[in-house]
Amino acid sequence: MGILNSFKRGLQKTRDFVTEGFNRIAANMGFFDEDMLDDLEMLLIQADVGIAAAGSIMDEIRDEIKKVGDISQEAVLQTLERSMLAVLGQPRHLNIEEGTLTIILLVGVNGTGKTTTAGKLCARYKKTGYNVLLGAADTFRAAAIEQLSHWGEMTGTPVIAHQAGSDPAAVVFDAIQAAKARKTDILILDTAGRLHNKQNLMDELMKIRRIIRREAPDASCQTLLVIDATTGQNAVSQTKFFREASDVTGLVITKLDGNAKGGVVLAVAHETGMPIMLAGLGEGVEDLVDFDSTTFVHSLLPDSDPV
Amino acid sequence: MAIFHGLSGKLTAVVNKMRGKTRVSEQDIKEMMREIRLALLEADVNFQVVKDLIADISERSKGSEVMESLTPGQQIVKIVNEALIDILGRTTSKLAVSPSGFTVIMLYGLQGAGKTTTAAKLALLLKKRGKKPMLTSVDVHRPAAARQLEILAAQAGVPCFIQPEEPLAAEIAARAVDRARYMLCDTLIVDTAGRMTIDREMMQELKSIARVTNPTEKLLIVDAMIGQEAVNVALSFDQEVGLDGFIMTKLDGDARGGAALSIRRMTGKPIKLICVGEKLEDIEEFYPDRLASRILGMGDVLSLIEKATAALDEKKAKESLEKIRKNQFSLEDMLDQFEQVKKMGSLKDVMNKLPGMGGKIDIDQVDDRAVDRSLAIIRSMTLRERRNHNLLNASRRKRIAAGSGTTVQEVNRLVRRFEETQKMMKRFSGMSGKMGKKGMRPSGGGFPF
Repeated sequence: MGILNSFKRGLQKTRDFVTEGFNRIAANMGFFDEDMLDDLEMLLIQADVGIAAAGSIMDEIRDEIKKVGDISQEAVLQTLERSMLAVLGQPRHLNIEEGTLTIILLVGVNGTGKTTTAGKLCARYKKTGYNVLLGAADTFRAAAIEQLSHWGEMTGTPVIAHQAGSDPAAVVFDAIQAAKARKTDILILDTAGRLHNKQNLMDELMKIRRIIRREAPDASCQTLLVIDATTGQNAVSQTKFFREASDVTGLVITKLDGNAKGGVVLAVAHETGMPIMLAGLGEGVEDLVDFDSTTFVHSLLPDSDPV
Repeated sequence: MAIFHGLSGKLTAVVNKMRGKTRVSEQDIKEMMREIRLALLEADVNFQVVKDLIADISERSKGSEVMESLTPGQQIVKIVNEALIDILGRTTSKLAVSPSGFTVIMLYGLQGAGKTTTAAKLALLLKKRGKKPMLTSVDVHRPAAARQLEILAAQAGVPCFIQPEEPLAAEIAARAVDRARYMLCDTLIVDTAGRMTIDREMMQELKSIARVTNPTEKLLIVDAMIGQEAVNVALSFDQEVGLDGFIMTKLDGDARGGAALSIRRMTGKPIKLICVGEKLEDIEEFYPDRLASRILGMGDVLSLIEKATAALDEKKAKESLEKIRKNQFSLEDMLDQFEQVKKMGSLKDVMNKLPGMGGKIDIDQVDDRAVDRSLAIIRSMTLRERRNHNLLNASRRKRIAAGSGTTVQEVNRLVRRFEETQKMMKRFSGMSGKMGKKGMRPSGGGFPF
């Protein structure tokens, strides 16, 4: 219940937008004709759902109408909800295996909130009693190490860091050795933001991934791609490139509480099939929550009568 | 018109379907409008702006020019391009300077848009233009934000005023103004914390910073990757604190940057500068025509040409042209060409900028290291081998492969490609009597790889 509420609160703006739009389109008649379906598609595109995902959702709605012949607002809403859920796929959560080292590697383009996510994840696992270690593998951005160290101090977590400008792979190596020596449960690695079309930076990431595989073959490594919810269709391209370079396990969608309409979540899920694992819903430490597709879809759409 | 050849592949498909027809029907135009609409939406251009644009473009396309043209596809592409440039503005917009002699530039935007980095880049740019800028960070929210600006300012060689212990942004801002005046700086760049426009408290803070600093330029920093929300973000900032223009960041990525079009159209405010890389020098003036091409996926030919001219060594180019004419193109010249290509930046970057490449080559498949390997192979040859590739027998090839860390197959492939290029060059040199004088570049016949 708690998560549901924070989700709803975080998505209030999006919710208002979609709900209002939906109700506006259907307002006069209580049913949908072809023009109104086009309007609905545009509404989805305005929420960054993207042409492909919006098209596939609309196809499903049109098929359903053809099959059943029900064009009532209620029926359309139900199909919409169902196909959105289908796009998002089975929910998958970040898995912490007991008794072995879990390495969480945070990757993404510049400015999506990797360091903040590292800090929040750290706070989250510290609270549940895990032995956590932070690794500052963003050696490129000015003051990135300081920013992560700040989170370390706040949560009482040791931070493994080298000097600014040093080899990030070396930081990762040291962090893994330290994690092994200290019998750490969870090692969280923050990396530098990199644009996915820069081959040398993606190579650097592959090297980091290789080192993890070599130095901690038994650890469970979870690579999380951090995506800013305000991003448009470029998020799809980001996911494809990062997946290739670093075996991404799942996505973290940050800033979902703010200006974003969040539809990009559907675009990425539709185009790449990647599971969304976590959602950032605010500035507070506790505002990083497990992504729940049912709640997400529910909080986007107007309330429908329970079936 | 090479520039308009092959607009994002999609339009080409429509045009291809029309090939053979002598006239364009209303239906054809409708179909093209659909493709343009999709291309614009894919590029994250705001939905409302797309609607207006399409109406505008179809109106312009109905004229006899398109209907009677033998190349209606190209005519339409031209119209689209012009319509985009009309929105983006015909000229570049300069940064305003306060008549008082003390200019304050305030930067604001959403979290992670790149404000701090842009602040430092802007400072360096102004310094290079002979100004005396000072930087200040009034970001009291993100940990180590002020420290980040301080480090970047030191790299740019620009003074920086920060007070990490002070919790009130407006206080720091006021003191920064005093300090900048005291130090006889003529420009103060104020880096603010990232904020969402729906956050009332944070918007209040921004207003109070604006009040005490009285900025000459209030610039929104926008991430090129932003989606449909860009317009609302810009409008809200404009409404709350005022907006004089914007700077688009991360244009070195593969995002189309459609938001620039949306914001320009909906707020009427100009794009002042663009950021195109991670280095502090990577800030540029904004050229509307180039961004229009990028949004449409036509490739940024002009930027490429500029880069190529900067990177190409005139003298060397002339030398190899001479050699082609005399039929003496050798592996040594090929090495030169590879090196010149490398100077233009990554191959992917170059490919991306070439018009019509979008659809034909899978950019993901382009491997920059292929050029590196080719370079290594040629460098592992002796000078004599480079000048006369006929010397390359099996044992020499084996040695070269070992020396360059490649395989004999790769060496063979390179030699084969060289021979093909040479053959092509021969044919080319046959025509050079007619064309050479017009200053055709030797690599114009296609890159030899």
